[in-house]
Amino acid sequence: MSDRVLMKGNEALAEAAVQAGCRHFFGYPITPQNELPEYMSRRLPEVGGVYLQAESEVAAINMLMGAGATGERIMTSSSSPGISLMSEGISYIAGAEVPCVLINMVRGGPGLGGILPGQADYLQATKGGGHGDYHLLVLAPSTLQEGLDLTMLAFDLAEKYRNPVMVLADGFMGQMMEAVEFRKPEPMDLPDKREWAIGYMKERGGRSLVESVHLDPDELDEHNEKLQAKYRRMRDEEIRVETYRLDDAELVVAAFGTTARIARSSVDTLREQGVKVGLVRPITVYPFPYETFETLPESVKAILTVEMNCGQMIEDVKLGVGHDIPVSFFGHSGGHPPQVEEITEKLTELARERGCA
Amino acid sequence: MAETRIFERPRALYDVATHYCPGCMHGTVHRIIAEVIDELGIQERTFGVAPVGCSVFVYNYIDTDMCEAAHGRAPAVATGIKRVRPDMIGFTYQGDGDLASIGTAEIIHAANRGERISVIFINNAIYGMTGGQMAPTTLLDQKTTTSPRGRDPKAHGYPMRMCEMLATLAAPGYIARVTVAEPKYITKAKQAIKKAFQVQIDDRGFSMVEVLSTCPTNWGMRPVDAKKWLIENMIPYYPLGEFKQPEE
Ligand SMILES: Cc1ncc(C[n+]2csc(CCOP(=O)(O)OP(=O)(O)O)c2C)c(N)n1
Ligand code: SF4
Repeated sequence: MSDRVLMKGNEALAEAAVQAGCRHFFGYPITPQNELPEYMSRRLPEVGGVYLQAESEVAAINMLMGAGATGERIMTSSSSPGISLMSEGISYIAGAEVPCVLINMVRGGPGLGGILPGQADYLQATKGGGHGDYHLLVLAPSTLQEGLDLTMLAFDLAEKYRNPVMVLADGFMGQMMEAVEFRKPEPMDLPDKREWAIGYMKERGGRSLVESVHLDPDELDEHNEKLQAKYRRMRDEEIRVETYRLDDAELVVAAFGTTARIARSSVDTLREQGVKVGLVRPITVYPFPYETFETLPESVKAILTVEMNCGQMIEDVKLGVGHDIPVSFFGHSGGHPPQVEEITEKLTELARERGCA
Repeated sequence: MAETRIFERPRALYDVATHYCPGCMHGTVHRIIAEVIDELGIQERTFGVAPVGCSVFVYNYIDTDMCEAAHGRAPAVATGIKRVRPDMIGFTYQGDGDLASIGTAEIIHAANRGERISVIFINNAIYGMTGGQMAPTTLLDQKTTTSPRGRDPKAHGYPMRMCEMLATLAAPGYIARVTVAEPKYITKAKQAIKKAFQVQIDDRGFSMVEVLSTCPTNWGMRPVDAKKWLIENMIPYYPLGEFKQPEE
């Protein structure tokens, strides 16, 4: 018998978190992710946990900082403007090395923008957002099933690295319904929280101090070098990327999340017409799979990045491929996903320009 | 002859010199908190949340679990810890810039939820650490680096009375204002801080003790004059007393 159930994205991700051991959720309403905290407010008390609606995203992320400092599994979710407000807290959390999971159901911006799905928070998620030299580990699922799997994985990764992990989804994923299956990730060797977390003074025989202030410049350097070493370790161990029909490709589409799912259909359509197109889909957008782009097959003549924004990932793709292969961009911003036909048309044009077979 | 010790350093206080200016009252308040923690026997299950401001390093002086918070966010951080570990006793330590300005929303909502935490609120009518700018608690006509002609209510509003504001809420269990300007006040201050912790231990809601305090450095006064200024100017505007008691 299959354990597949039909669920709405926001609720499925919430359930994935519960099944991954998350017992505490702090959040503030914003569309298009409201079903997620709503689900948590029903579900967490059933498993002995706490749902708390904060007075703002600023408060929610700081509650997360405190809750995470106990070493327990905790989470918040929000969407673009809310994540901006959380940036202060995210920087402190990263600086203090507190594990936590953040779900960003991205909508279109800037400003209040729109409430429809978007991918315009790519740069904010991967290059900072808050102040200082820090990185989140950022996972970008492209199907609901992958959204569940990565949400569960996010809790392990957060503990493994003592770092905030963001699931960078979009409003489509929050609002769509799909058949999904809850399956636990492979068990990981995780550090013992009692070594650093608040609440174990008696057992440890000494107190815990969770902080990010380093007034002494040498101490600050040392702390930042420690963080950078952690980010290097993430680059060595955590890069996840999907490549599709790449072996003999002359054209490559680079896309992440829901957009990649749409672009994949264009790849299939064009392959049927004999055009050699492949797809690279970063699953971790931080750390970014530069190497996949550095080592594309010799056959590749051009790359098209497709995004639901005005061209944010294109810089990373260009960084990966260097100057040898031209990279162009196609996209729409929030609420208006690139259509299969549009992507197909763009790729057909490119194929003509580049003289592909 | 057997020795009887009648006064010593509290266990919960580290044996180090503080970084505060001469005449600053942060150190006195730290000591009171440490004494209270000792007397209640809660050191190993207490957590503190350190602020942004002169007392950012309070964790160098008080020996309990400690978590830092961004400027003003201590009540939210403490909420997070306490919701996960309701068995622990939590306190925040916040200045007036921290609590009454950038963190106004956090303190009001933590109080309104009746969050089981004890807030120690140091009101020195000025921003200390950043060099003496106007705080929400700065008195009328008081000169600061950003109110060089004195605080003008038309431009800056009136000094905020946080105890009185929070006491209008239903959820807080205990709200009091004290000072540590002279020994006779210190005894009362300690009683209030102890009560604030006890209210939390008894699960009777949010508690806050505001402590009127000096900042001789940024007031531009000698410590003795600062103490006098506090008594003569701050107490009349910020009356001492208990504003909210746990319900019987
Ligand atoms: C977001 C943010 N804004 C501004 C500052 C700078 N800052 C550091 S301490 C401080 C004022 C603290 O004043 P108060 O809370 O009254 O404490 P005191 O120094 O008087 O003890 C400010 C504005 C900061 N650290 N973070
Ligand atoms: S600047 Fe003011 S508040 Fe800060 S330590 Fe000195 S006297 Fe105390």
